[in-house]
Amino acid sequence: MADPMLPEPYRIARVRRETHDTFTLELLPINSARAMSFAPGQFNMLYVFGTGESAISISGATTDERLVHTIRAVGTVTRALQRLKRGDVIGVRGPFGTSWPMQEAIGRDVVIVTGGIGLAPLRPVIYQVLAQRAQYGKFVLLYGARTPRDLLYARELEKWRGQFDCGVEITLDTADNDWRGNVGFVTALIPSAQFNPTNTVAMICGPEVMMRFTAQELRKRGMRDEQIYLSLERNMKCAVGFCGHCQYGPHFICKDGPVFRYDRIASLLGKQEL
Amino acid sequence: MTAQTLEPILAEHPFFQGLAAEDIQLVAGCATNAVFKAGEVISREGEPANQFYLLREGKVALEIYVPERGQVVLQTLGAGELVGWSWLIPPYQWRFDVRAVEFVHAFALDGACLRGKCEANPRLGYELLKRVAQVFTERLMATRLQLLDVYGNRS
Repeated sequence: MADPMLPEPYRIARVRRETHDTFTLELLPINSARAMSFAPGQFNMLYVFGTGESAISISGATTDERLVHTIRAVGTVTRALQRLKRGDVIGVRGPFGTSWPMQEAIGRDVVIVTGGIGLAPLRPVIYQVLAQRAQYGKFVLLYGARTPRDLLYARELEKWRGQFDCGVEITLDTADNDWRGNVGFVTALIPSAQFNPTNTVAMICGPEVMMRFTAQELRKRGMRDEQIYLSLERNMKCAVGFCGHCQYGPHFICKDGPVFRYDRIASLLGKQEL
Repeated sequence: MTAQTLEPILAEHPFFQGLAAEDIQLVAGCATNAVFKAGEVISREGEPANQFYLLREGKVALEIYVPERGQVVLQTLGAGELVGWSWLIPPYQWRFDVRAVEFVHAFALDGACLRGKCEANPRLGYELLKRVAQVFTERLMATRLQLLDVYGNRS
């Protein structure tokens, strides 16, 4: 990265509607032949000219030629991003932050527990595990969403679920009885998930309350705090640890995170002052 | 051919794991095997809760009928879980509908039989109550988290 504060222009190559409030942008660089390299879990600052920047996790494969971001329209910048069309140009700064522990996971079972839009930052992990399947042990994906219409990447979930070497379980907060799957909070899927707790790396991403209770449930299964990783989100502005907007106790989420090992932040989670 | 007793497999079910052998023997006297086809209604709201179930295989849905919406699934339960505690609490009536989502293999336990044994043997009663209370706690916690609607968009 040359100057981390200087956005690179990227053209929108494709806009994909995911759910009623979530969409995916596929971006191609204007000034270089190939999109930036990144590690699963890292994020970019997406800049809508004249409106502002927003921190968005990268949700495509590390091998993609395009830079892929899945975004939920919740604020001024993300709503402006939602209004953009193919061919429009945005600024991109990044990639920033720490990544998921792909190296530590080699030779171990990999358990992903995620909820809502939290699946997006973990999709690069899923792609990597599936592309290098022999390097990992059992692969379990537990995903919670609000209703059937809120399921992110529904087609891919179906595809992954159909693979013999993937344990994919989905649960919804609420459903009518034409839904054949699970109903309940995502933590309820953990007790029966098939993995070896002593030789597993768990990666969690979703609302903070969900992550706290998920970590507790994984510990009940016999996992140690050092085997659990989670991705936090705060108001990222500069993305390089200068401005302090995303300070979380002694950490800056943009620089020391967003991916943290659980034992390093467990005492901070749930603290009202932070 | 010798008839196989339920005791050893009952003792392996997570709900009874660690229960003393003599207690398992008492409980087994109230237990039978049960199977349900996918879609089969296991119990209906308001019916006497004469039995409860310990799932060994398959999945059930706890449902409630909501006018103008139809059957709404409140929660699904799978292998290793307990279905029903109304057998323990007056007026001993099912509070929700229970339907098999897929083929279900379970232990069916006679609630009145087990209540009688618990009354006669308070130590067994306390042991079972602690286990049911653990299930209450977990379900209440999960329900509270569901009620938080954490995936909702609040901005």
